Amino acid sequence: MSELVLPVLSLIVFIPVVAAVIILFLNGEQRDLVRGVAVAAALAVMLLSLAVYVGYNAQVAEVTVNQDATLASGSPMAATQMFADGLAYEEHYEWVPSLGIGYHVGVDGLSAPMVLLTGMVTLAGVLVSWRIDDRTREFMAFFLLLVAGVFGVFVSLDMFTLFFFYELAIFPMYLLIATWGWVELRQYASMKLTLYILVGSVVALVGVIAMVLVADGFFRTVEGAAVLQQAIAAGIISPASTSFSFDMVNLTLAAEAGAFDVSGYGGVETLTFARLWFPFIFIGFGVLAGIFPFHNWSPDGHVAAPTAVSMIHAGVLMKLGAYAALRAGVQLLPEGAQAHLPWIVFLTLINVVYGAFIAFRQRDFKYVIGFSSVSHMGLVSMGFATMNVIGMTGAGLQMFSHGAMTALFFGCVGMVYDQAHTRDIPSLGGFIKRMPWVGLAFVIGGLTSMGMPGLSGFIAEYPIFTGMWAASEQITLQAGGLVLSNYYSVIVVLAALGIVITAAYVLRVTGQVFLGEFNATLYPDVGDISITDRVVLVLLGAPLLILGVLPGVMAPMITSGVGPVLAILGGA
Amino acid sequence: MAGFDFLASLPAIAPEVGLTILAIIILFLDVYLSGERRRNIAWVTVLGLLLLAATPLVWVPPADPASQLVWGGMVRHDTLAQIFRVMILLGAALTALMSIDTKAHGRQGEFYLILVVATLGACLVSAAADLVMVFLGLETLSIPLYILAAFRRDDLRSAESGMKYFLFGAFASALMLFGLSILYGFSGQTSIYALAEVLPAASGEAVLPVLAALTLVVVGFGFKIGAAPFHFWTPDMYEGAPTPVTAFVSVASKAASFALLVRFLIAVFPQSLVVGGHEIQAFWVSLAALMAVISMTLGNVLALSQRNIKRLLAYSSIAQAGYALIGVAAIQSQTEQGVASVGFYLFMYTFTNLLAFAVVVFFSEATGSETIADLAGLNRRSPWLALMMTIALLSLGGIPPTAGFFGKFFLFNAAVQADLTWLAIVGVLNAIIALYYYLIVIKVMYVDRSADEDQPIALSRASGWALALPGLVVLLLGTVAAQPVFEWAVQGALALFQA
Repeated sequence: MSELVLPVLSLIVFIPVVAAVIILFLNGEQRDLVRGVAVAAALAVMLLSLAVYVGYNAQVAEVTVNQDATLASGSPMAATQMFADGLAYEEHYEWVPSLGIGYHVGVDGLSAPMVLLTGMVTLAGVLVSWRIDDRTREFMAFFLLLVAGVFGVFVSLDMFTLFFFYELAIFPMYLLIATWGWVELRQYASMKLTLYILVGSVVALVGVIAMVLVADGFFRTVEGAAVLQQAIAAGIISPASTSFSFDMVNLTLAAEAGAFDVSGYGGVETLTFARLWFPFIFIGFGVLAGIFPFHNWSPDGHVAAPTAVSMIHAGVLMKLGAYAALRAGVQLLPEGAQAHLPWIVFLTLINVVYGAFIAFRQRDFKYVIGFSSVSHMGLVSMGFATMNVIGMTGAGLQMFSHGAMTALFFGCVGMVYDQAHTRDIPSLGGFIKRMPWVGLAFVIGGLTSMGMPGLSGFIAEYPIFTGMWAASEQITLQAGGLVLSNYYSVIVVLAALGIVITAAYVLRVTGQVFLGEFNATLYPDVGDISITDRVVLVLLGAPLLILGVLPGVMAPMITSGVGPVLAILGGA
Repeated sequence: MAGFDFLASLPAIAPEVGLTILAIIILFLDVYLSGERRRNIAWVTVLGLLLLAATPLVWVPPADPASQLVWGGMVRHDTLAQIFRVMILLGAALTALMSIDTKAHGRQGEFYLILVVATLGACLVSAAADLVMVFLGLETLSIPLYILAAFRRDDLRSAESGMKYFLFGAFASALMLFGLSILYGFSGQTSIYALAEVLPAASGEAVLPVLAALTLVVVGFGFKIGAAPFHFWTPDMYEGAPTPVTAFVSVASKAASFALLVRFLIAVFPQSLVVGGHEIQAFWVSLAALMAVISMTLGNVLALSQRNIKRLLAYSSIAQAGYALIGVAAIQSQTEQGVASVGFYLFMYTFTNLLAFAVVVFFSEATGSETIADLAGLNRRSPWLALMMTIALLSLGGIPPTAGFFGKFFLFNAAVQADLTWLAIVGVLNAIIALYYYLIVIKVMYVDRSADEDQPIALSRASGWALALPGLVVLLLGTVAAQPVFEWAVQGALALFQA
């Protein structure tokens, strides 16, 4: 696809790895050298990911036109073709060919914004960690490894590679939180978080292996083999493809051809593979996206983590879960999505409203933000549940918007805590007088969070609600003898409550922490922030404003990214 | 048995011949070298073993399955034997390497001598194709290990370790021998490749005695690989024996026994074997699956409460045997995946466990302690020791980019393909439990503070190699080298089905 000679995506993934190895070989006493290498690597990946984003954005119009043409053609493998055509910066090497495992990377309209987000938060994270003096070498090395894993997931087009990077990200995260986190909570929180996420992902892994096996069985039938040959002839999948493959394009092809919808799976008359495994795969990954009732790790984890890790964790890692759930769940098991998302939407409603309520009740500044993430990530899953173009585009935008916003929030919290040494909201006050930058950034983040027009939050949340409303007539839930229809409109009204509560806690925190009287005797040393911290705030705050004013820089791209997913949902 | 061609048969036992020569050289060196020069005994052992590890790759097995059975049908020279011999010889070399600077036995020639003899036994076991050779090989492997476990005679724990290992081992050998004799009694055959054909008729279609023989043999193997519920000897033996010996027992003995187990089961009780209307394979597949579940669960749950790092690794190795048994159960799919995943798993496990034990050896040499709590602050005392231990534990836990991720993935993949999805689920959930206690150890090394953390731990050059080599292999197997080694294991697996 791409004319670029440089393997840009591989560079993005492996520059952090190489930098981490170099850092491990440096002398631990030379902290500035360590920081220098880390910042250089972070800056390099940030620029590369920006280049990828801009490069992809330039071809979005063309991709959209092609996709529309493909969809209009009514081809039986239209969705797969749309997916394959939308990919850019592809690299494909064999890894374990006998098991159909390849190193296949590339971006489409869904992953390109996520790559950019990761690039931004990485740089911000390294900068905000400037003052870490305890084993700086290990901190930076593990942080960069974590980042490599995150990038890897977003660019993976092979389910095995995706799992490889997904699990790769988990261990450094554990160690970062356990070692450099908040003393009182870090051991408990880091272990809880790791185990939650791992349980979800390994169950999903077994599901994916089973999925590959079912696809293999399908491609071995006469009908399936014909589909495979046709796809190879059409240039959709690589000529070397075998029936047993972890490649996402191949699996999408199987999904579109209905390989996972054959009833009688496991000997049960009404059961299909998709119906059985969808909840395990979607919720298995959804654990990392904080889906209720498996959100429990998230606030503790975010609070316990050091600032940079909170930023990357809430900002990027939770999206990792949502992204993988969308890819492996909705895209590959569309029939399961149609069967299960109508009830999973209730879980997302609980996320939105309950998360916001709990956030309102917190005294600890960082817990407020932690629970707000649970609430906002609920909106992402809710967007998936709409299964229409408006809602899904909103979900994609919300992933980006919430990522930048929550990273900004955690940055602000970290900066206040570094100087005040407390996060107890009632005992803070008037900080905007001493830290105007932080105060301003927090207000921008807060306004984004409550969906103020002109900021990215509005651009993201409005389509989700519209999408829910639009979906209301299409979706009915059948459970036993009970038939529920038109209930999405009820859910959307209830979910809107979450916005009101969000406004309440954002205003409360802003009022109590940043406004009011500043207690100079209690906090004599609080001053303005360093230049690196200002860079962090600008880096994360600017996208919120840009996206809010110019949604056109991202919305069409995400729409093109969800196109194939919707095509497959419609066709299934 | 066609005509016997001595020269053509020699490559099949090239490692064994080499090991015998090496043992004699060590015996002489032990007499002639004195003082500081005795250190060279260890180096000679290491280099000799490394050199011999190349022999199976130089004299590759013949392509034709018919000519693989050599030495009067005693030994089968195939790819499975090749891969396991390389694994065992490299494991022995690393064991010798980590022993060089130990105070207790680093300079004692007989230590290396016995180690080489045990390696000889393990190599024979991985190629054995005859009931007589099965038993002889296992005893040649086990008896030196009993001695090694009790090598620190003046240490009560070491003596206990050797005694326990001997009693349990002898018991297991007796059970297995009983099983083997039933098979021989029925058929009058000792070649494991000839047994399957004559067994139904020879046993008079009576299924119970055949199952009894099978069970006895599997129980014997269960002891050797340290799988639950036949694991009782492992924790005490692991804790009491000199640490390099523990390392060797945990990998070489286990690997050789697994090689023989899969060869034996596939050859003697293949899918085609039906006695009295009962498919025998279904029985041993259930047996393997059952042992896998018990081993994984029991090993992991008991490991949770351990305070001694060697005991923790002992329980962890019980669980690891359980994972590998998933691959054995997956043989029911009749594809190469099951055996291949076992082969890859043991290959990566050998290096992983040796890495973990190497860290334990160097740490306890420096500090005299083997408790987990004393690992506190290890990251500050020796960043490399801590990092290597972390890599080893992550690999045991199955986290990328280490070899363990691929190892577990191949196993679970094989299980799902063999229609044993439930077993794969039990496996992955167990992997999570295991990760908990591995992470605790990592946490202790990186997070906890200790009063000694300003005393760095110095590493000798030999120690550096003993860490760097397996560490590198574990990382390579977890990334680029996974493919060639897995393909190799697939070839080894195919060899079994071609018989």
